[in-house]
Amino acid sequence: MTGDLQPRTGKPIQLENVTRRWGEITAVDGVSIHIPEGSFTALLGPSGCGKSTTLRMIAGLENVSEGKVLIGGEDVTGRPCSKRDLSMVFQSYALFPHLSVAENIIFGLKVRRVGRSDRDARLAKVAGLLGLSDLLERKPGQLSGGQQQRVALGRAIIGEKLICLMDEPLSNLDAKLRHEMRVEIRALQKQLGFTMVYVTHDQVEAITMADQVVLLNAGRLEQAATPRDLYEKPATPFAARFVGTPPMNLFPARVFSRLANAPEHTLGIRPEAMHLEEGGPVSASVQALEYLGADILADCVIGGTPFQVRLPTTKSVVPGQSIDLGFETCALHVFDGQTGRRRDELVSEYGAQLRS
Amino acid sequence: MRGLIFRREWITGWLLLLPALVFLFAFTHIPAVTTILNSFFSTPRGRRQAKFIGLDNYERMIADPVFWKVLWNNLWFALGTIPVSVALAIIMALWVNEKLLGRSFVRMAYFTPTVLPLIAVANIWLFFYTPGFGLFDQITGTLFGWPATNYLGNPDTALNAIIVVTVWKEAGFFMIFYLAALQSIPVNLKEAAQIEGAGRWTIFRRITFPLLMPTTLFVCVNAVINSFRLVDHIFILTDGGPDNASALLLFYIYEVAFRFWETAYGATLTVALLILLSLLAISQFFFFDRKVHYK
Repeated sequence: MTGDLQPRTGKPIQLENVTRRWGEITAVDGVSIHIPEGSFTALLGPSGCGKSTTLRMIAGLENVSEGKVLIGGEDVTGRPCSKRDLSMVFQSYALFPHLSVAENIIFGLKVRRVGRSDRDARLAKVAGLLGLSDLLERKPGQLSGGQQQRVALGRAIIGEKLICLMDEPLSNLDAKLRHEMRVEIRALQKQLGFTMVYVTHDQVEAITMADQVVLLNAGRLEQAATPRDLYEKPATPFAARFVGTPPMNLFPARVFSRLANAPEHTLGIRPEAMHLEEGGPVSASVQALEYLGADILADCVIGGTPFQVRLPTTKSVVPGQSIDLGFETCALHVFDGQTGRRRDELVSEYGAQLRS
Repeated sequence: MRGLIFRREWITGWLLLLPALVFLFAFTHIPAVTTILNSFFSTPRGRRQAKFIGLDNYERMIADPVFWKVLWNNLWFALGTIPVSVALAIIMALWVNEKLLGRSFVRMAYFTPTVLPLIAVANIWLFFYTPGFGLFDQITGTLFGWPATNYLGNPDTALNAIIVVTVWKEAGFFMIFYLAALQSIPVNLKEAAQIEGAGRWTIFRRITFPLLMPTTLFVCVNAVINSFRLVDHIFILTDGGPDNASALLLFYIYEVAFRFWETAYGATLTVALLILLSLLAISQFFFFDRKVHYK
């Protein structure tokens, strides 16, 4: 081995019907995901949805109640985490407080008895890459949050593992630093080429960083797709509401007078996809306005259903006013009233009816 | 005006301190100073007043074979009890920190010796050690066919028998401190080490044990002080005998001062004990200083 951090292609990870139960509680319920090698996959969901548990099952820190975990095609379900050959960054960083930055980073190499010269060369490389060269003698307690984060990253990448797991690594940083680290982690993953599984509850993080977003809700898989597909073609009303700020507006089909006889499906339109249009299909009354600078966010009501719409600042609207709104047919989403799944074949029909 | 307020605050401050000060001086500082002063005087007897005799008491102490004997005993006692009880405490704490069936029961069982009064405990152990039909003789007699042994009556074994009782008594007490320290170590440190491929022993050696160092320092200082302080069970088990084989320094001080009523010489021995204890405590702090990581 050399001191260089070689780019490498990671290993694929496969979850097959993975379930985790604690007594009566099912934290993860029959989740199947394929994580391609070298990809950046974000596990996204609200708190308590089972995303951290899923990550910990991949890591081997949590037992799998049912189902299989495969890494690089091998079944590792019963294997302890020390034998799974992966690295992990914890939310709290889990730095060893009594060891210096250098000792923290090379901990794994020492455990695996990597020779001193190789160790030092790799440490120098990683410290240079992460800008930690001047801090190697310090203890974690003497570092800022962002520096601690870098040390945790260093410990994860120095082993040149093919898989790196991250559990909400940026949630303890302030907004500016979070943005910087987001870019940095993404660049690092691209440069080194390992498979990344990244847990976050922040949809912006997931959308901006990941190749694939796995959306979980209440222990179940809602949708696994690219960020673009997740935004443009959400599979369920939950996915539609969870991704995008402000969230997608959902209406029972019957609030529209022109769809009064339709079955109980749910229609979705994003706030930014609607615009003012005289005689448009959506007649609503404005309740309140939020001035955002670039545009105005208007809280409106139609048939008792509240929704939001993004309007340009050039058009003046006032609370209490009635407005007509329109949208492109392709911006309409239809979700089945029974199963909650997406019904793309109904979009053009409903779009036409609303326009009629 | 400001001066007046300052004065009033000053008076209030001293009044608040007063109760604690009275007790500290009455029971700690004044007796300590008196002890040091007394060690330079002769013992007052009847009409004869105590008179200043300089270092005579100290010269007598250095020439006293019993003093050296009990000091040596005490050293052996400390060496026998401290490492064993601290090691046992760590092992027990690691064990009851794991998830296991009846964990709180095991924890309670380990802590019981600390709760029981030492006098009662010593009496129970007295039965265990009884030659012929005591617990130990019953076991060794049945298993190995050994003859009856008088562990407490033999100068070679008396001190060791007392060491066993002390270890049994102390380990559970120290375990509580280690258990508390173990529970304050975040679980994800262990997980991070596991992910890096560390086994149980490596995790203990490189993560857990170093993070327990502040507790180890605390426990060691206490263990050293206890090894010079515990005398109650000696009264019950051996009364210092045979031939001072199980007498410790404090026990000897008690004998000299309150059985033979040589209070001045007792004071001298007490001063020696105090100096010894302070030296030990200070040197422990220096020894551990570089190895202890405080959060």
